[in-house]
Amino acid sequence: MAEYLLETKNLGISFGGLKALDDINLKIKKNQLYGLVGPNGAGKTTVFNLLTGVYKPTTGTFYLDGKELTGKTQEKINHEGIARTFQNIRLFNNMSVIRNVMVGLHNQPEFKCTPFASMLRLPKHFDTEIRCREKAKEILRIFDLYEERNNLACNLPYGKQRKLEIARALATNPKLLLLDEPAAGMNPNETEDLMRIVRRIRDEFDMTILLIEHDLKFVSGLCDELTVLNFGTTLAEGTAEEALNDPEVIKAYIGG
Amino acid sequence: MQYIKNIKQSFKLKNNINYFVLIALLAVLIIADQFGLLGRSLTGLIIKMGYSAILAVSLNLVVGFLGELSLGHAGFMCAGAYIGCFFANYMYGVIDNKILVLVLAMIVGGLVATVLGFIVGLPALRLKGDYLAIVTLAFGEIIRNIFNNTSSETFGGAMGMSTKKFEGTTLFIITLITLTIVLFLCQSLIRSKHGRAITAIRDNEIAAKSMGINVTYYKLFVFALAACFAGVAGVLYGHSLSTVRQDAFTYNYSIEILVMVVLGGIGSMRGSIISASLIVYINALLQNNLSGDMAEIKQAVYAIILIIVVIFNNAPALKKVKDKLSVSNPAKKNKNPETIHDDEVDWRRVPTKIPMDEVLTANLPNNDEAESDTAEKGDK
Repeated sequence: MAEYLLETKNLGISFGGLKALDDINLKIKKNQLYGLVGPNGAGKTTVFNLLTGVYKPTTGTFYLDGKELTGKTQEKINHEGIARTFQNIRLFNNMSVIRNVMVGLHNQPEFKCTPFASMLRLPKHFDTEIRCREKAKEILRIFDLYEERNNLACNLPYGKQRKLEIARALATNPKLLLLDEPAAGMNPNETEDLMRIVRRIRDEFDMTILLIEHDLKFVSGLCDELTVLNFGTTLAEGTAEEALNDPEVIKAYIGG
Repeated sequence: MQYIKNIKQSFKLKNNINYFVLIALLAVLIIADQFGLLGRSLTGLIIKMGYSAILAVSLNLVVGFLGELSLGHAGFMCAGAYIGCFFANYMYGVIDNKILVLVLAMIVGGLVATVLGFIVGLPALRLKGDYLAIVTLAFGEIIRNIFNNTSSETFGGAMGMSTKKFEGTTLFIITLITLTIVLFLCQSLIRSKHGRAITAIRDNEIAAKSMGINVTYYKLFVFALAACFAGVAGVLYGHSLSTVRQDAFTYNYSIEILVMVVLGGIGSMRGSIISASLIVYINALLQNNLSGDMAEIKQAVYAIILIIVVIFNNAPALKKVKDKLSVSNPAKKNKNPETIHDDEVDWRRVPTKIPMDEVLTANLPNNDEAESDTAEKGDK
């Protein structure tokens, strides 16, 4: 068991001559709520894209639970236990809510079934389908989406789409959950609700969560520790209070 | 026992109505045939409808569910027809039972087409939209041209390869049974977890990848499977005639299959079967009624009919009527939320139908999104 669940070492990426990220060293302990903040264009989402294999890092490595995942494909990284949500919601819009979650359950070993067993409707097919549906319902209940399970995902209100995306990511049974601006576009009530849910996920599923957020109130109320990025480099890290009161950080945000 | 219980639990009549209709149709046709009500031309038409429906259903897997445009379906059919019939010609000397030979030939033709589908599937992983369409189109033409340039001893070259023409009754029974089996396999696949994964890839490939779905695997699988069924249809085609000629498999035919899929509603299996039969019927009707000089305008009349059907399919007035009649209209259901039923395994609700107008704008959902992401990647 490694000391840190997620550890990045000198992680960096450049697009042509542009160094988008340089020397990022994140250390996230198990069961921690970790925040990633920074002004627009600081490279927060790029960190997520590196950690989920959308981009391959040009320098540095990262480890999940002591296992190196640098350069692996998106699917592989998901199998190893990193799941994410997206800044601009990416649900399967033409599918019902419950089916979205069932897609998330696709790779769970207890719901394994070969395509040929499905095509011939062998006993295994019915067995896994029924159990998978039950599991999906269970997850939807946690997120208060049970009543909407038969609606199309695109017909859900915005806040619920965000929640569904988190539910879907959680269905892949990750060790580390990456939330990209979960509270973006939410009203204060919905944000409050979301904070409760994020805490609940952490406690009930024993989950480690790394989240990007602009809403500093949300971050400082929720995160144990955070890293502030600016122009692709680390500006400050530490507990929420320390990091946000750092003079460099204040300068980056307000100028001066 | 648990198996039977599970089947009972998940069995819904409306989910399986296609099979009942097909089997009932088969029974009616067999009885009609016994009384000599079916002429030769009519059995020929039924066979043609049958294999066209197989082609449309299998192409629907690729176009409707995987969301990739393939224009090489006639190529797979061509390979299946040639190799399957070649095999059959050889086997008639070995096995006496003609039906057994046909079944074996269908398996061989299907397998050959599967391998070819796998080969086309490989570039499909890298290409998208129009580019993939061009590759598949070229591939279909390549296969056709290979058979065009064979010697007369093997595949007959431009003259075509002679096959044993099957007797009408036997062949239409086999064709309809094959159609039922193909439909069963396709629908079972789509309604399973794998079908969910496939539609997820169509809906949002990036999200599907982040859910850990093996996009490569599923794309290859669907391509190979669709090609396999096309190959089977090709063998049936080959046995409905006395010669297989390569000029039947031009890209025009691929596009005709695509028209069947689009007309029937992308992602609707039942629609594919109905529209395939309809198009075959219209074609036959035009061929019989427009003789002499009028035969020249056959294609034009056909095109006009298609345009009218597409326009009327999208007419707001007709849509309203359809919504009123439709049992599965979601808007109706939402009016009284207490009627939302607990769908244990309600597979009917696999939401796969892309509305026609979305298809007509030729901007398949999420394509631009995916492209912008790859563009970002290209920058580095």
